[in-house]
Amino acid sequence: MVKSLNQIRNDFPILDQKVNDEDLVYLDNAATTQKPRAVVEALAHYYYTDNANVHRGVHTLAERATADFEAAREKVRAFINARSTTEVLFTRGTTTSLNWIAASYGEKVIGAGDEIVISYMEHHSNLVPWQQLALRKKATLKYIKMTADGHLDMTDAAEQITDKTKIVAIAQVSNVLGVVNPIKALAKLAHEHGAIMVADGAQSLPNMPVDVQELDCDFLAFSGHKMLGPTGIGVLYGKEAILNEMPPIEFGGEMIDFVDLFQSSWKELPWKFEAGTPDISGAIGLGAAIDYLSAIGMANVQAHEQELVNYVLPKLLAIDDLTVYGPHDPAQHTGVIAFNLNGLHPHDLATGLDMEGVAVRAGHHCAQPLMKYLKVPATARASFYLYNTKADADRLVDAIVATKEFFKHGTV
Amino acid sequence: MALSSLDNLYRQVILDHSAHPHHHGHLQQVTNEIEMRNPTCGDVIQLEVAVFNDKINDIAFSGDGCTISQASASMMTDAVIGNTPAQAEEMVQVFSKMIIGDQPNLDTKILEDASVLNGVAKFPARIKCAALAWKALNNALTSNDGKGKAGQIVEHHDN
Repeated sequence: MVKSLNQIRNDFPILDQKVNDEDLVYLDNAATTQKPRAVVEALAHYYYTDNANVHRGVHTLAERATADFEAAREKVRAFINARSTTEVLFTRGTTTSLNWIAASYGEKVIGAGDEIVISYMEHHSNLVPWQQLALRKKATLKYIKMTADGHLDMTDAAEQITDKTKIVAIAQVSNVLGVVNPIKALAKLAHEHGAIMVADGAQSLPNMPVDVQELDCDFLAFSGHKMLGPTGIGVLYGKEAILNEMPPIEFGGEMIDFVDLFQSSWKELPWKFEAGTPDISGAIGLGAAIDYLSAIGMANVQAHEQELVNYVLPKLLAIDDLTVYGPHDPAQHTGVIAFNLNGLHPHDLATGLDMEGVAVRAGHHCAQPLMKYLKVPATARASFYLYNTKADADRLVDAIVATKEFFKHGTV
Repeated sequence: MALSSLDNLYRQVILDHSAHPHHHGHLQQVTNEIEMRNPTCGDVIQLEVAVFNDKINDIAFSGDGCTISQASASMMTDAVIGNTPAQAEEMVQVFSKMIIGDQPNLDTKILEDASVLNGVAKFPARIKCAALAWKALNNALTSNDGKGKAGQIVEHHDN
């Protein structure tokens, strides 16, 4: 990496603290990441020096705020290699982005008997909008099966996606199983049947290089806060030809061209979809997060996480009574690792880890259909990021073993 | 702090109740029943109550959950059986105050074994685990039709 791991950690003041009298080990990055000084300072700088509303003022501050906001859009465009900033819409996050596609594109193209194809490993935000759309339109919601080790079953995908399929919506990286799904191959399959490809990038954008032209997906949704940015800002990428055909979802200020008493016309892309005052500071913060990640290089971020997975996954698999979900080959597993101690509810396990200063998630990870598929009520989940170290991985392993011993030998 | 502090949360009696829960299963005759979920962690409880002559004659629970939620449900059934619904309501109130932990002199004798769950107050993330069974009892006994919200899924977000 350009920066050393120590230098990176120094950029994240929150990591340097004790939790329950132990040095904090933050391994809940799939839920949200911590923020580097550069992002927090970008927010402060905007509010201290440039704050004004965008796209409507004629004064200097309004011009600066608009320039900063649109500069952030260009940073996003370059980060995902979109053809144009007209294809980059700012939203509240992945959930809003996916709901917009369902509410606008889906509402327009889906009819009775049409098919929407998703998978069992989808996060609720890439499942419920399609489920509800299918219910509204009397369309059919279909699920692509998984292989025994948690990969998407591409043989089944080829059977599920048919000429009736209008939308295929799949996560690029699972937020539970840590597998990477072949979006490019799925997009090809979808296009062969005249369907569009929606990629949920919430867990991929933070961790690997993503190129929308290379993937040839029609939509890509992701969140700022899972990639060092602030909460409340996200992105919906869409191919320009498709966005042009889509009606706006919200109406109001900022998005209109002319308003007459009984009819109105809309601004051009991307503003046609951005009604109301946007999250200006959020977009600027996301821009700063992209600058930070780009300086390190996404290939380096991915390589660092892979090194941690190569290190920790065999150690986790060696713990008796610990079940690890998803592929057991580190080369096929991203930095999201879900696991359970046999006989102990993950909530109890997470409390034990918390007492050892190790922050992990426990629960259904907004993936109840996947939990049902795996036949578990919930799991614990550790997720690594660019500031995590092998020492963090050791602390996780030690804390799991200590918690296991605690519950095996009873208490007072 | 480390794991030694967990002793306050996972007392032996709690581990015993969780490993061998009392009144676990289903009743022949049910007057009030409910299913409640804790959507943040996936815990679910089905509670069945048989109230005859203003007395909780029998009670049973089933479902999935962590050590704290299962032990709490087991202790709750021990505590309320044989009592009137009104007394059970009072226990729910005392239990709720106890796990919040802001009343140091609270009298928790009526809760029997369940009073050892007072340690949960120091683990805010786990309060909702302990509370689930008691909220289920409360809703099963007090819904408008007097029969609980049978079959209905009630979600509560309190973290």
